[in-house]
Amino acid sequence: MSAEQSILNTFFEECEDLLFALTDGLAAIADGDTESETVNAVFRSVHSIKGAAGAFQMTELVAFAHKFENVLDALRSNTIDATPELVRVLQRSGDILADLVDAARNQTSANTHAVEQTLEALKEFLAPEEANAGEFEFSFSAVGISMDEPGTTAGLPTGWIIRFVPQRDLFDRGHEPLFLIGALAELGPLDIVTDTASVPDSMDGFEWEESYLGWTLTLNADSSEYLIRDIFSFVEDLCLLEISPIEQEPAPALILELPDLDPVTEDQKTEDAQALPTHPSKVERSEKPAEKATEKPGEKGADKSAKDAPATLRVDLERVDRLINAVGELIINQSVIAQRIDEAGFPPSAQILSDLDDYKLLAREIQEGVMAIRAQPVKPLFQRMSRIAREVSDATGKQVQLVTFGEGTEVDKTVIERLSDPLTHMIRNAIDHGIESPEARIAAGKEPLGTVRLSASHRSGSVLIEISDDGAGLNQKRIRETAIRKGLIAEDADLSESEINALLFAPGFSTATEVTNLSGRGVGMDVVKTAITALGGRISISTRPGKGTVFSIALPLTLAVMDGMIINVGDQTMVIPISSILESIRPTEKNLSRIGVTGTVLSIRGTYVPVVDLAASLGQPDRGVDLTSQVLLLVRTDGMTQCALAVDRIIDQRQVVIKSLTGNYDKIPGVSGATILGDGKIALIVDPDAIVSTVGTAAPRLREKWQEKEHSHVATA
Amino acid sequence: MTTHVLAIDDSRTIRDLLRAALERAGFEVSTAVDGVDGVEKFQNAKADVVITDINMPRMDGFGVIDAIRGGTVNRSVPILVLTTESAAELKNRARQSGATGWIVKPFDDESIVSVLKRVTGA
Repeated sequence: MSAEQSILNTFFEECEDLLFALTDGLAAIADGDTESETVNAVFRSVHSIKGAAGAFQMTELVAFAHKFENVLDALRSNTIDATPELVRVLQRSGDILADLVDAARNQTSANTHAVEQTLEALKEFLAPEEANAGEFEFSFSAVGISMDEPGTTAGLPTGWIIRFVPQRDLFDRGHEPLFLIGALAELGPLDIVTDTASVPDSMDGFEWEESYLGWTLTLNADSSEYLIRDIFSFVEDLCLLEISPIEQEPAPALILELPDLDPVTEDQKTEDAQALPTHPSKVERSEKPAEKATEKPGEKGADKSAKDAPATLRVDLERVDRLINAVGELIINQSVIAQRIDEAGFPPSAQILSDLDDYKLLAREIQEGVMAIRAQPVKPLFQRMSRIAREVSDATGKQVQLVTFGEGTEVDKTVIERLSDPLTHMIRNAIDHGIESPEARIAAGKEPLGTVRLSASHRSGSVLIEISDDGAGLNQKRIRETAIRKGLIAEDADLSESEINALLFAPGFSTATEVTNLSGRGVGMDVVKTAITALGGRISISTRPGKGTVFSIALPLTLAVMDGMIINVGDQTMVIPISSILESIRPTEKNLSRIGVTGTVLSIRGTYVPVVDLAASLGQPDRGVDLTSQVLLLVRTDGMTQCALAVDRIIDQRQVVIKSLTGNYDKIPGVSGATILGDGKIALIVDPDAIVSTVGTAAPRLREKWQEKEHSHVATA
Repeated sequence: MTTHVLAIDDSRTIRDLLRAALERAGFEVSTAVDGVDGVEKFQNAKADVVITDINMPRMDGFGVIDAIRGGTVNRSVPILVLTTESAAELKNRARQSGATGWIVKPFDDESIVSVLKRVTGA
């Protein structure tokens, strides 16, 4: 990657950060926060984007950012007020700016119409002359440092006489006459005469920081006056500077014009004009002017390593992923070592066992540290949703506010990325289908302004994301009718409310009559569900007629490693995620009761929980084991219902590295992945939710398959 | 001896651009992310010249100039301000506050080197 390309990448990365800050600040302004620091931060974001974009000749972006910045500047200086109208335009401008950055990144062009429209809207807030200032003002030729109008260049003389007498201030501002003279010498042969006349004769009255020297410089080159002035452009007001073409005889007339000052006294003000020499003497041009102010006192302890210490470190994602892979291997390796040590039969007091514990602890710390690198707050994702909400409410004519909570909640980067599409779809749905029109809301006795709430929180090892609206709630009658029409369910199907809600996720279900250009983009809720499931997450719905609907998404914190309970069932070793296990129980006859022909429930603290034989539910033949010889794992599932999984034995509780089965296998009901154990064997990771939900439906079918398989074995044997 | 430039800008892009341009021209470059960071680094960075942005969080460019000019360490170091505006007003303000000169963004390698030559002789 070339240096330019890499800086360009930096620019786009930085733009993302700046756009987040911008969205954030604009949201604060929308909430009525017009503190100058808030407005200034917003201004700075736009300003920084503009500044850097200019370096890459992104003219469209720069032109838009410039107008945007002008309006923010007006707001900053209280020339205009933060009216709802202005806030809306500012937010739209933020969206457009993001579009323009995207367009620049993808080298496409943004929606010109939208850009123009927003530009016009911005101009409404500016004074006419500012609004109509032409874009030529921002033509990005490589303007260097020039700021003075070119001087007359007609009839170039053969040379120039330059009188240069620095004032004391010149040194205060970090200038060094030698360098200016050096720059001048680059224009051509230079004769230098140093005027030392005003240097006091004795040390009495010699002022340390005063400027006593002046120079008469003869440049023997047909340079333009402009180039000479340019060199002195920084010191214009800090020195006496006279530039005259060589034809004129220089010195006497000029010198006589100047006041003949008394020797400098101690109380002489620095603003005073400098004493001028009457007896110039020729010196070598390389002589360094003996100015004391240019000395650099007290430099010490130069720290060469203090080169660049930004507050954050940017790392190539690929490197982090490599690290994560290595950590995965480390954890597998750790269980291999643990297994070996176990087999070696050390006494329980052996030092190596406590060393192994230390090792486990360190490995866990490393793993958590590495995962934390990948974890990112959901805030950027939520900010994008604010934009979606604005667009949809604009397009539907509904009044909606999106309220977000828990923006600081950190989730794995990949999860955040893959969550974007499902969330977008759900926010669209919530507004398009969930929230009623203002009229309908008023008729229902609600505020005309609908609210969509987007929240994220950590809940025991997983991340919970909720999208709720205060709309009309799901119309279950219509969902049912649609499902029947689409042939998804039988006409006389006996479905609970939650089963009807779940139909929304069924493939092929789409309330086609309701499809608008917003929600109906060919993505149904089934795609949302698939995306969430692919992330190892679950989605559930709850709805109350007239009150609204809540979609809850539970996601794992990381995709690579999890805490698992290693269990034995039949001849299989399996892993159950610790996050879904509430407790483990050894049942007695007393707290088990049979229900119906095959069902069993566990009585626990006054409630009954269904018992599910894990082996049977995964399709192993019914072994007819006595449940009292089993261990019951109380697990929590979707919809917060509980269920007790019966397993033979708990072996261990440890971290396992999740290996995906997809790619090699189709989706296996009840199994979310696999891991490698210390002895090198592969153990399937159980998905308790799926187990519970497949009980009674998939299990018998699986059992049939299992039996078929056994038959075929027999047949081929 | 290589000339050491301390570049202060809150924009990573600009910092990278400055670093690339200056290192190509043979300068040694340190960077700081805002005024506070810049002044802190300045204390032991042994900078021969400081380039600073104006509008930055925590402490702006004028604050940097004040801090350096009002401090004890290397206080007459050349300070160049980076500005997107070519407005005379801003330049005046920069000069009043004690800046040595200015660089107008967007800059090219050549102009930046020529400005540095004038204030550091490099």
